[in-house]
Order: sequence, then structure tokens, then C-alpha cells
Amino acid sequence: MATVTFDHATRIYPGTERPAVDALNLEVADGEFLVLVGPSGCGKSTSLRMLAGLEDVNSGRILIGDRDVTDVQPKDRDIAMVFQNYALYPHMSVADNMGFALKIAGKPKKEIRERVEEAAKILDLSEYLDRKPKALSGGQRQRVAMGRAIVRQPQVFLMDEPLSNLDAKLRVQTRTQIASLQRRLGVTTVYVTHDQTEALTMGDRICVMKLGVLQQVGTPRDMYDRPANVFVAGFIGSPAMNLGTFSIKDGHATLGDAAIPLTRTTQEAVTEADKGEITLGFRPEALDVVSEGTDGSFAIDVNLVEELGSDAFVYGELANRKEAEALGSGEDDSQVIVRVDPRTPPMKGDRIHVVIREGQKHVFSAASGERLPE
Amino acid sequence: MPSALKITAAAPDPALLDLPWHIPLEDWPEKTLAALPRGISRHVVRFVRLSGRVLAVKEIGESVAYREYELLRDLGRLDVPSVEPVGVITGRTTPEGEELNSVLITQHLKFSLPYRALFSRYLAPDTATRLIDALAVLLVRLHLTGFYWGDVSLSNTLFRRDAGEFAAYLVDAETGELHDSLTRGQREYDLEIARVNIIGELMDLDAGDLLLDEVDTVAVGEMIVSRYHELWDELTRVEEFGTTERWRVSDRIRRLNELGYDVGELQMTTDIDGTTVAIQPKVVDAGHHHRRLMRLTGLDVEENQARRLLNDMDTYQAATDQLGENEEFVAHEWLAEVFEPTVRAIPRHLRGKLEPAEFFHELLEHRWFMAQNAGHDIPMPQAVDSYIDNVLRHRPDEEAILGLDTATLRAIEHD
Repeated sequence: MATVTFDHATRIYPGTERPAVDALNLEVADGEFLVLVGPSGCGKSTSLRMLAGLEDVNSGRILIGDRDVTDVQPKDRDIAMVFQNYALYPHMSVADNMGFALKIAGKPKKEIRERVEEAAKILDLSEYLDRKPKALSGGQRQRVAMGRAIVRQPQVFLMDEPLSNLDAKLRVQTRTQIASLQRRLGVTTVYVTHDQTEALTMGDRICVMKLGVLQQVGTPRDMYDRPANVFVAGFIGSPAMNLGTFSIKDGHATLGDAAIPLTRTTQEAVTEADKGEITLGFRPEALDVVSEGTDGSFAIDVNLVEELGSDAFVYGELANRKEAEALGSGEDDSQVIVRVDPRTPPMKGDRIHVVIREGQKHVFSAASGERLPE
Repeated sequence: MPSALKITAAAPDPALLDLPWHIPLEDWPEKTLAALPRGISRHVVRFVRLSGRVLAVKEIGESVAYREYELLRDLGRLDVPSVEPVGVITGRTTPEGEELNSVLITQHLKFSLPYRALFSRYLAPDTATRLIDALAVLLVRLHLTGFYWGDVSLSNTLFRRDAGEFAAYLVDAETGELHDSLTRGQREYDLEIARVNIIGELMDLDAGDLLLDEVDTVAVGEMIVSRYHELWDELTRVEEFGTTERWRVSDRIRRLNELGYDVGELQMTTDIDGTTVAIQPKVVDAGHHHRRLMRLTGLDVEENQARRLLNDMDTYQAATDQLGENEEFVAHEWLAEVFEPTVRAIPRHLRGKLEPAEFFHELLEHRWFMAQNAGHDIPMPQAVDSYIDNVLRHRPDEEAILGLDTATLRAIEHD
């Protein structure tokens, strides 16, 4: 087991100017499950491949434990790419299917058997070890393939969108399996996905990237509660956070009829570059429906109510807003999403009044997008 | 048929609509299939006969299906030996409205052989070696074009006979990626995957008693690494020599031609005082003999077959006293007088056994042995009759060996 360190690691593809990964600094703790997430082109896969040794590192270093592996060939890095290939060999027993890589490496028979048995126990395959793969179910076969990586006892597991080929139901199932397996094994794991839900549910920590630049690293809770910038705020969470650009007037962020008080600390952090504006965000569940005229409240015209049983979401527009004023979620920048009590949802066409709960608004510099203090 | 069914294909065949897309591939009726499915596989794959050709249908996720389709098309454009993609079908649903996985359709490569079909009882060591040679050639060719395979194995490859050797074709591009060029790490990792997969496949044969005892699986598998490096180095290494040894430039090109490569671009640099020259091939294209034969005769055959046919053409040129004659004329005459009559002599019902070019190659071998025994030349018609009666008739049909899916191994006899 080992830590993984990206130290100013940069990858510039030949013939391009902008780095695909730009001076990435990242420490993955021993035994940690770290998820790299971001939209396509953000550099997450390139980062993983730099760690795997498949992409050259143009500047900076990559370390596994204390060892600088920047110029080490992939096969000598002691890593395992999981889900690369799960063809099983029909004439070989399940045990041999799991252990053959060790046999190739010339490990003694006894050691191979021990490692295979250990892996089989973790994977619930102990009773099948002497059978042929034909006798196994689809899920069991997949676990044998995982076993192949496990018996090698690599320092780090690497997974690049391993679930992208599965249908939605199987994806949720396998997601849980991988996460719990990783925790049982305690092997440092770096996992790449474009899906923020996958990231939130699986990772000990998440690393959000955009255009080759690291945006924020933290626990799923950190990312959700204290996004470091507007991009992370809009990317993490489903339904997405509502975000809008407000004008600052008399200590309030104002947009249409809405006037939301700002603390002195926030006001002081605003600079000239912000041109009297501030980006304000709040999650759909950070709102309370109140009666008209409540201090700090603003009105939303309901366009659609989505009832999910446990929750109900209102999709609506800020009332009395001017043409150019936009307040909306990452999914649709003209629609505000509000979570309401599923037992008393409003109707389409209603006007509701809401306030942002104390301490649940997020403020960002309009110019830089960086989080401002409150 | 549900209205949402979507077919993406370069040349859509309306007959595709007649296939039962509303049924999971696994449950397709036997009458639709060109061969019965066997064994276990990562994906469900079925072969069907449609409009006179055989198609392989593979059930996979939509995005993966489109990706693999595009990759196979790119490989085709780059002239890399690979299966030809026919199309992707998405939006499949059962009559009950349940969604079904998308499918990728590829054309079955005629006269191609899954490696498991290349031995009836045991895999002979020299067959294994020749397969690995062919795979090394393919891998180098893929890497030269910037293709990272990600899952190199004997079972993801199809083989065609090539004048006693084999030519390898890529079948499964699911894990592949096309880059401008590959890093050394990508090439080495692909090679490592190849090594481990091949040894695994050989160990499986061993476990199924399909390998002769003397075969050292690890040693045979490691050959892919050495063969690959030998070829890669020959094709890409920098060669330095004194300015007086300029003949070494043409010598290098000749060596590459012999290996079957044309040199598209050769970089030549001299040091500051001009006493040494360094050369390095920058662009090499496989298929030197293939292209030459194609230009002369229009015959589209494998590299070694082309070499063989070109040799026969040279022999013909000498034997007919036409050494000073224009090569195009001689080629035309050879085609009309030698190659075509010989190939036409194969009875129609035996034409599914071997490709014409391979038949011609084997015939030349056969005639040579006959001549050795007889102590004199054997006229072609006599050799043809003897070959058909003594050899060809007893060979299995190889035009469409199906039902051996390529993703996983299986035993022909024991399954």
C-alpha cells in the first residue's frame, strides 16, 4: 500500500499549447478512495494515465509511496488497471483464472494458493475456487476478474470509468460493490468518472477538475457544503445549485425583487474588478417557503412541480425579473429549483415566497468565481 | 417493430430491418443464425447470414458501440488490418417496451480463422510461434498509426493464411484509442497486456490438454515482446555512419522493403563537421509487396502471398525470355496465362476451402515437391490435378468458420 503524489505534474500533448493537465498537485492518502471527476476534456483521464505511465509527464513528478515513478514503465509501477479485461479461461479453474498472473511472475505455488484464497474470501468466491468459470453467474465471473487484480496485491488500483458500459441498474449495484470492496481491501484507489453522483457516493475524497486545472479536493461533504468556486458549486449536486449574478445595493445582493442581506465580511471581500456584482448560490433544499413579505424573501412563479414521493421539486422563475437577469440551476439557467414539502406542494402557475436558510447561501466573486468569506 | 429503432451505417442494407431486433440476442431463433453459439463470452455475439454475407452482431452499450464503430472505421481508413464495421443499432425495445442493449455489427472476415480453429487436436509449437509473429506484426503496425489496443490477445485477433504464414486482423477494438502518436509507456503497456493474455490463453489450452507437453507457455508468450521489439527497432531506430558509407541509406530502405515496408519519409541529418550521417525512418507503410502486386495486377492479397506471386511472376518473366520487357506487360500476361487459368481450375465446390492466392501458394509448394520427387519440372496442369486430388479435397472449408466467438477461449472438441 502506498500514497500517491502528483507534484506539479503537467501533460502537454504534442502540437497543443494549453496543457491537458496543468501543474497538478494532489496527495492521495494510503488506502484512500479518490475520485477524479469533471466534464469531458477536464484532464481527469489524462491524470490517471500519467499515474499509470501511459502518458508522458512533461514537467513535474509523480510518486507512488516515496518512489518517483515519473519515468518508470507502466508494468514496473506496481499498479493495477481494473476492468481492463475480463475474459475468463474456460479450461482453467476459478483459482487458476485468478492466480495465473502470479504463475507467470514465477511465484511459488503455495504463495499463489494463499493469495488466491485470501482474495476469494473477500469476493465470496471461496466455494467456487475449484470449479470452472462456466459454472458461475455473470456477477461471479466479474468478481473473478476483479480477483485477478487483487491477487497481484498492487500498491494502487486505477479505474477509468469502469461502469460506463453497464446499464443504469447494474451501474448502481456495481458502484456499491466496488466501493465496499475497496474499503475491505484498503488499497489506495484512483477512480475516474464524469458522473458527479458516482463521485459523491464512492469517493473518500473527490477531486474536481476543469480544463486541465484542479478546482477543489475534499470530502463529498466539503464539496457540497463549501464549494471553492462557482464551477464546483454548479457541478456537484443533483439537482444542481441555483446560481445567479446579483447587484450589490445597500449591503444586499439584489436581483429582480429579491434582496438578500450580505455580511460585512462578504462586502469587504468584494473588489473593484467585481463591478458592484456578486454571484450568489443556494441549493434547492436550502430554501424555506414562507408567507409574502417575510424579511429577505423573494417570489418564484411555479412552472412545474416534480413529485418524487420522498421529495417534491418546484421548477420556476424569479418573479418580476428583468430580461437580462438570470437566476437558475446548472441544468437550466432560467429555472430556479426549490425543494418543497412533498405533502403540500404548490400547483403549476402558483406564486411562492421563499427565503434562503441561515448559513446556507454561497457567495462568489463575480469576477473570479472564487468563494467569498461570510 | 418499435419506431425508435435507429440504424447508423455507412451503407445501410434494408435487409437489416428483417432481423429480430426486438428479441435479446441471446434468444435469437436458430433459423436466423449462421452458426450456433458456443461457450462463454464477455458479450453476447451471434453470426447471421444476410444478403449473401455473414455478419457478426455484438450486444454492447450504446456509447461503446458507437465508439467502437468509429474506431473500426478509422482503422479501415488508415488501412490497418481489422474487421469491417457495418453499423450500430440503438433504440431496441421488446414488444413489452423493455429496453434492449445496442448492437455493433461487423462483417465477418472471409477465410479468417480464430486461432482455436488452427489446430484440430494439439496446437503445434510452430503454429503458436507463427501466430505470435503475425500478432507482433499487427501490433507494430497499429502502434505506428497511433492506435493503443488495450486488450491485445490471440482471441481478439483473427488470422488469415498468408503463404504458409499468417496475417493477423484486429477484431475487437472496444478498449482501443487512436492517438496522433503513442508514448513509449502506452506501447510497452499494450505489449505487457499482450504478453500476459497470450500466456493466459496458452495456459488455458494446456489446462484443456490441447497443447503438446513440450510447449513452454511462458517462453512462447514472451516471444511477442522480443518479436515486437526487433521489428519496432528495425523500423524506427537511428542508424549512424560515416559520410563515405552512403550506400547504407539505400541498404536500409532495401531491408525495410524486404520486411514488407515502404519508406514514406526518411530523416537524414549530418553532424556539424559533416563526417557522420544519421538516418531514421519517420514514416513507414506496411504492405510493400501487397501494393506492388495490386498496382500490377489488381489482386488484393496478403503481404506474403503477394511476395510469393511476385516471385512467380519474376520466374515467369525469366522463363519466357522477357527480362527486358516492361513489368506491366509481363504482369498482365502472367495473370492471364498463369494465375487465372490455375485458379479457375479449382472445381466450384472446392472454392470455399482456401482463398485463391493461398491455393496458388500451396500449389507452387506442391509442384516443387512433385518436381523434387520426379527429378524434373512438372507442368502446371498436372500439378493442379495432383494438388486438388491429393490435398485440397481433404482440407476443411475455411471460408466461414463461425461460432467461435473471439472474446473468450473455448475448446472445439470438449465444449
